Formats: sequence, structure tokens, C-alpha cells
Amino acid sequence: MNTPTVEVTHVSRRFGEVQALDGVDLRVAQGEALGLIGHNGAGKSTLIKLMLGLLHPDRGEIRIAGQSLHGPAYRTLRRQIAYLPENIVFYDNLSGLETLHFFADIKGVARSDCPALLEEVGLAHAARRAVRGYSKGMRQRLGFAQALLGKPTLLFLDEPTTGLDPEGIREFYEILRTLKMRGVTVILSSHNLAQIEDRVDRLALLRQGRLKATGTVKELRAGLNLPLLISLKLRSGGVQPLRDAFAAMTDVQLHLDDGIAEIRCEHRRKMPVLAALGGLVDWVDDVDIHEPSLEDVFLGYAEARDGDA
Amino acid sequence: MAMLEFKQMFAVARKEFHDRLRSRWALTVAAVFTVFALSIAYFGAAQQGAVGFRGIELTIASLVSLAIYLMPLIALILGYDAVVGERERGSLDLLLSLPITRFELLLGKYLGLAGALALATLLGFGLVGIAIGWQGGQYALFHYGGFMLSALLLGMVFLSLALMVSTFARGKSAASGAAIGLWFVFVLIYDLMLLGALVASEGGLPAWLVSLLVLFNPTDIFRLLNIFSLEELKSLYGLATVVPDALTEAWVLGLAMVAWVLAPLAVAYAKFRCTT
Repeated sequence: MNTPTVEVTHVSRRFGEVQALDGVDLRVAQGEALGLIGHNGAGKSTLIKLMLGLLHPDRGEIRIAGQSLHGPAYRTLRRQIAYLPENIVFYDNLSGLETLHFFADIKGVARSDCPALLEEVGLAHAARRAVRGYSKGMRQRLGFAQALLGKPTLLFLDEPTTGLDPEGIREFYEILRTLKMRGVTVILSSHNLAQIEDRVDRLALLRQGRLKATGTVKELRAGLNLPLLISLKLRSGGVQPLRDAFAAMTDVQLHLDDGIAEIRCEHRRKMPVLAALGGLVDWVDDVDIHEPSLEDVFLGYAEARDGDA
Repeated sequence: MAMLEFKQMFAVARKEFHDRLRSRWALTVAAVFTVFALSIAYFGAAQQGAVGFRGIELTIASLVSLAIYLMPLIALILGYDAVVGERERGSLDLLLSLPITRFELLLGKYLGLAGALALATLLGFGLVGIAIGWQGGQYALFHYGGFMLSALLLGMVFLSLALMVSTFARGKSAASGAAIGLWFVFVLIYDLMLLGALVASEGGLPAWLVSLLVLFNPTDIFRLLNIFSLEELKSLYGLATVVPDALTEAWVLGLAMVAWVLAPLAVAYAKFRCTT
């Protein structure tokens, strides 16, 4: 990993009775796209607000590019950071373009950059309409345009695709991809695993304020060692040859139900199992291999390890 | 903390100011001031059977009474949701993530709203001022100008108080409640209590204490600023015997008003700074 852009060191934060975050450690490298995953109330937004310096941690420390957001680097750091809050709210009386002008003024960006950004997020046609009449998706796009003002190098996006239609979601990830190519560090939160699975470099799983696991999708799967599921469609008379083939493999579970066989095994046993199946070519119609889904992985980390939490 | 940068602050101020122009708030308030000031200047003596300009002393005395009610109310309404409104709407976090300090944000809001209030005040009372200058000459215009400026200062004080309320309040409704409470205290209750204390003590309160108590209410300072600049009113109100000499100095009163503008803003910032 390169030098971390974001360093979260043993951070805790409490709101009254609720322990929103509890001893979270996280490093995000320059140019990395990190997905914060968790259910509502898991602490994703709180963690983002802490990293942005909007909240202070009760314990622990947060550094951006090696510096505190509350020190002398306050403004320099903020010029490089952009934030798209969940359920973004704008000023209803302003038009989309005026809204961007306002943010451009504060960010010290030329107003002439604004029309191009509206074009990029697909809002050029509504630039002069009051935000009052914008749909939720349009507001989200405007929020994204706001975040892109001034070419930030670190983006915090809290549930960025909320309210977007499938087309909007696709466009959003397209823009995200080009940002990544420019070397922008992106931290985005989502409760939709399937959607961000292929679109981030690494995932951080949060549950009840604790960081349960971090890693690539592959690492998370491997770390949990969830069983692999292989389902077979057998030809008639295939049951006995199948039983025979796996008789010696005691760590492989075999389940038979009306011509359909399900084999469960550890991930590392995948090849021996497939090799054994190779001898059954005449008895098998079809084979499906199911890697554990990200949802399974998430549930696995969230629930199986609550005991040692 | 980062150095103060004016660009960011003015971006916020400009937005607040334009919002008030666009929503016709400034125009409406100016119209309200004009109508009231005109009515007082020309029809104030109608009950005595006279209609028309009655001389600057009586006009200002009536205008002061009006401004004491109206100005604080308008300023409080203008500013009470400046911070809590953003917080409740959910736009505050985004603003605070930008390269702007909390000080600049707060001051920018204040300056923008103050600009709108100043425009409405100068426009509203200014139109009547032209008429008064035409009728009463330079002397009248000079004192009317004094009234306008002090009224503006009174507005700035209550705008500052409104922002303070706005940083402390948990919600918009709490903020409006607190703002109305402040209005009641400073405009209605405080003077009654002070008068009560003076009467009960049969004039036994030391002069310094009375001065201090008067300085603790910006509406009283405003009243004194206007009344003591006009000899005729001093005797009319019979206040000369009660109020200590120090409080007849315009610069002392002016300074006190400026302190009243700055103090609530400072408290507001102290609170806003540590809300996380």
C-alpha cells in the first residue's frame, strides 16, 4: 500500500447512549476506492463525518495526508476534499447553475467551470431551472457536480446512488471510473453490496460501530472460508457412481434430492472435487459452481463473529 | 485555526443578501417601514385634531417607540434560522466540509443578512427622510439621520442575538420560540422590571447601577440615544433627573450598542465552534 491518504486510528465516538463507532482502525491509500459497507445505523455516515472533520472523535485520531483536519492545514486539506452527503439538500430557490456558482465561490473555483460539470453529470438541460423542481435523482446529480468542483483528490460519497435510476447509477460509476483513473481517492458508503462489489478496490464492513473486516472481495471470501457450493444435474443411475466418487472425501458434504446433487466443500478443496467430477462425465448433465455471494460474506462477518466482538 | 479569508465569507454573505432581495423580503420590509414612518410623521397627531408634519422632536419620539417594537422583531425573524435552518435542512454538513471556517460562515451569514436589513431600513426610512428634510430643513434631517442610523444599529443588535439563538437552538421551532422570548424580555418586560425597581426603591438605587441596568437593554440604549440628542424631549420625558450623566453621552451609548452587536456574535461563534 502507498502512503495512506486517510488514517483512522482507533477511533470511537458516542452519541448519548449509542456507541456509534468503537475502536475503528482504517487506512486508505492514495488512489484507492474503498467501499464502506453496513446496514443502516452501522456507523458509516458517522465514520465519514469524522474523516471529514465534521465530528470530533471521543477517542483516537484521524489524519488526512498525514495532517489533522483541525490544525493549520484546515483549508489546504479541505480544498482537496469533496463530500457528497446522503440525502443531499440544496437551496430550493436557486437554480442548478446558481447552486454550483455558490459552491464554486466558496471553493475558490472559477464559475466558468460550472456549465461543463453540469454537462458531465447530465444536468445541462436543467441548469437554469430552480432546484425546487428537481427530482431526487437530479438533486443527487447536482450533488455529485458540486463534489467534483475544483478537482478534489479525495472524495467522500455517502450512499451516492440513492435515488438514482439504473441509468443514473451506471453513469455515476462511469464517472467514478474516470476519477479513479485520474488517481482520485474515493471513499463511498453503501448498503447495496452487489452494486459496489466490482467497483471498488477494497471493502470495509461495519456493524454496530465496529469494523468487522477489510479487504478485497476475494480476500474477504477467503478469510471467512465459506463453503463452495457445486450443484449437479444427474442422469438416471448417476447417484451411486457419485457416492462412490466422493466416498473417500470425508470433508465434502453430499446432498441428493431427486436428480439434483449439491456438493459443499471448502474453497481450497475446489480442484480435487472438480477432478473427482471429471470421472463422472457420463452421469452428469450439468454443473454450476456457486462462489459464496458477497451478501453471504457480509452476513458471515456480521453474524458469525459477533461472539468475539 | 486557519487565517480569515474574505472571499469565502463574502460568497456566503452575497448569497444571503441575494436571497433576501429575490424573495422580496427587503422590499416588503422597506415598504412596511415607509408606511409606518409616513403615518407617524403625518398622521401621528390626528387624535389631537391635527394632520401634518409636527416638528422633528415629536416625530422622532413617535418613530422611536415604533422602531423599538418593530426593529427587534424584524431582525429576529430575519436571523433566527440562519444556522439552525441549515442544520435542520441537512445542508450544514456540506457547508462545513468546504474550505470555509466556521467563523467565516457565521460572519458571512451575519453580514449578508445585515446588508439586507440595512438596505430595507435605509430604503424604508430614507424615503420618509427626504420628505422630512424637505419640510423641516437641515436640523430635522440631521436628527432624522441619527434616528435612522441608531435604528439600524438596533436592528444589527437583534440580528446578532438572532444568530446566537440560531446556533444554540436544537430545532427551528425552538429557535423561533427563543427569539420571541428575547423580544418579550427586551422590548416589554425589562423596562417594566426596571421601572418597578426604581419605584420600589424610591430612587434609592445608586446611579452607576441604574446606568448599568439601562446599558443591559439595547432598546433602552436606543431610546436614550435618540431622546438625549433632542433637548426638548429630555425635559418632556422628565428623564434628565433619573438618568446619570454618563448615559447622555452619545459616544458611550454608541459604544454600548456596538458591544451589543459583537457580544452575541462572539457567544454564537464560541458555541458554533464546538458543536460537533
